[in-house]
Amino acid sequence: MKRYLRLFQAGLLLAIFAVWQVLAQPDLLPPFVWENPNRASFFFGEPVKFFQVIWEWFSGGTIYQHLWVTLQETVLAFVIGSVLGLAVGLWLGLSPMASAIMDPYITAMNAMPRVVLAPIFMVWFGLGIWSKVALGVTLVFFIVFFNVYQGVKEVSPVVLNNSVMLGANRRQLLRYVYLPSATSWVFSSLHVSVGMAFVGAVVGEYLGSAKGVGYLIQQAEGAFDINTVFAGIFVLTAFALVLDFAVGVAEKRLLVWRPTQSETEQL
Amino acid sequence: MPADRMAAVEFDQVTCTFAARGGSGAYTAVKDVALTIAEGEFVSVVGPTGCGKSTLLNVTAGLLRPSSGAVKVFGEPLAGINRRAGYMFQAEGLMPWRTALANVTAGLEFRGVERAEARRRGEEWLERVGLAGFGDRYPHQLSGGMRKRVALAQMLILDPQILLMDEPFSALDIQTRQLMENELLELWSANRKSVIFITHDLEEAISLSDRVVVLSAGPATHPIGEFAIDLPRPRDVAEIRLTPRFIELHDKIWHSMKEEVLKGYAQTRNRVAG
Repeated sequence: MKRYLRLFQAGLLLAIFAVWQVLAQPDLLPPFVWENPNRASFFFGEPVKFFQVIWEWFSGGTIYQHLWVTLQETVLAFVIGSVLGLAVGLWLGLSPMASAIMDPYITAMNAMPRVVLAPIFMVWFGLGIWSKVALGVTLVFFIVFFNVYQGVKEVSPVVLNNSVMLGANRRQLLRYVYLPSATSWVFSSLHVSVGMAFVGAVVGEYLGSAKGVGYLIQQAEGAFDINTVFAGIFVLTAFALVLDFAVGVAEKRLLVWRPTQSETEQL
Repeated sequence: MPADRMAAVEFDQVTCTFAARGGSGAYTAVKDVALTIAEGEFVSVVGPTGCGKSTLLNVTAGLLRPSSGAVKVFGEPLAGINRRAGYMFQAEGLMPWRTALANVTAGLEFRGVERAEARRRGEEWLERVGLAGFGDRYPHQLSGGMRKRVALAQMLILDPQILLMDEPFSALDIQTRQLMENELLELWSANRKSVIFITHDLEEAISLSDRVVVLSAGPATHPIGEFAIDLPRPRDVAEIRLTPRFIELHDKIWHSMKEEVLKGYAQTRNRVAG
């Protein structure tokens, strides 16, 4: 069953590319929408051509530096955003006064479409990787922050009281109870926040940069080279899938203590 | 209480009043409780559901300050957390992100005991509660009974002089429960601590204790009777229930409780209906 599933999934992908190729290739079908036979190819590209572009990128090795830049931006945005979100989430979760004061600001900043900050970050941090990291951080921060904030409020009072009776002082409660509990909430939002870091990196590159996969797409678009745009999109998609897989592996290793429905084994 | 022994815990007219939810009025959970538990004595506290039994334990633990009255621990007035007491909660108190061994050694870690030493003692205690070889399991991988054993080891490894137990075995099935009760008695008799054992199960109370204290129905719960349990030790909790003396004691205590239980039941029912 599982093997057939994969087969069908791959078959569907191939079929989509085949139909796309047939419809878009000039002179293969009599033109029924466009009067110019090349126009379909101009707007939609041809799968054969953009796979050629991808092949050239990887065989020529030119793509690696761009992927590397995008990866760096994504990882940095994720790490910095998570640490900030964790710290602020713990702080506001444990201090009702601070949380009451900050509440409207947090709500406002979360409601703001943060992509509009990109031009400001360009001015502040230049065209290098840091303006993209900054954009990714603003996206990741809120996801982690809200999860941790909620997580801190929902720490089991019995676990807390038990730790107090075992002799934990306030600092030890933070380190041995609140922090592990909050960290588990960070990991539960891992897929979303890594995705957001990636979005921040690519959008930032697209809006102004000298390197990265977003930059390649932006350049190709400027030259009306639709095949290269699609090639970039497919590389990005594959890259996102690999990232997501890596996150899944990390999650499995880090959250061994958490019961999942399928693997709970009772003795 | 036997006069020759020192008082481990002494309640002096303890009253606990909570602000009622919604802000209007107040709810008095326990009122004017005077109770003394001797050193090395096993005292069970029984009473109808929702009568404030846990409130008394939380006061003894120092997690809750009484509205009036005072608690003395070995003659000294209690201020802050009771450092001489270990507390076994009714609900799950283990840290789910720590293995069984790491949970058992948590208290030692808080006290700054060296890692290797803590580990050695932790494994010793796991063995003592019958969980040798299960140290690397996480709580969700253990059964309810095993988690209770971990919690027991977690408490006893710190060698507290007073054990506070809040219906610790109420979530277990009857067989596991009797096994755990026997094990508790065995561990207790090896090194007698003062125990305050809260339960709503009169049979459990009689079979474990030196003395049974009966509480009235809430609100304003207070002790209404004390019964010395003169059954011989060591006991087997399953067998002792069949002896004539046990049945006699059970009869006597049940008689004094019955009215309060009915009162408590009626209140709960009214609360649900209203």
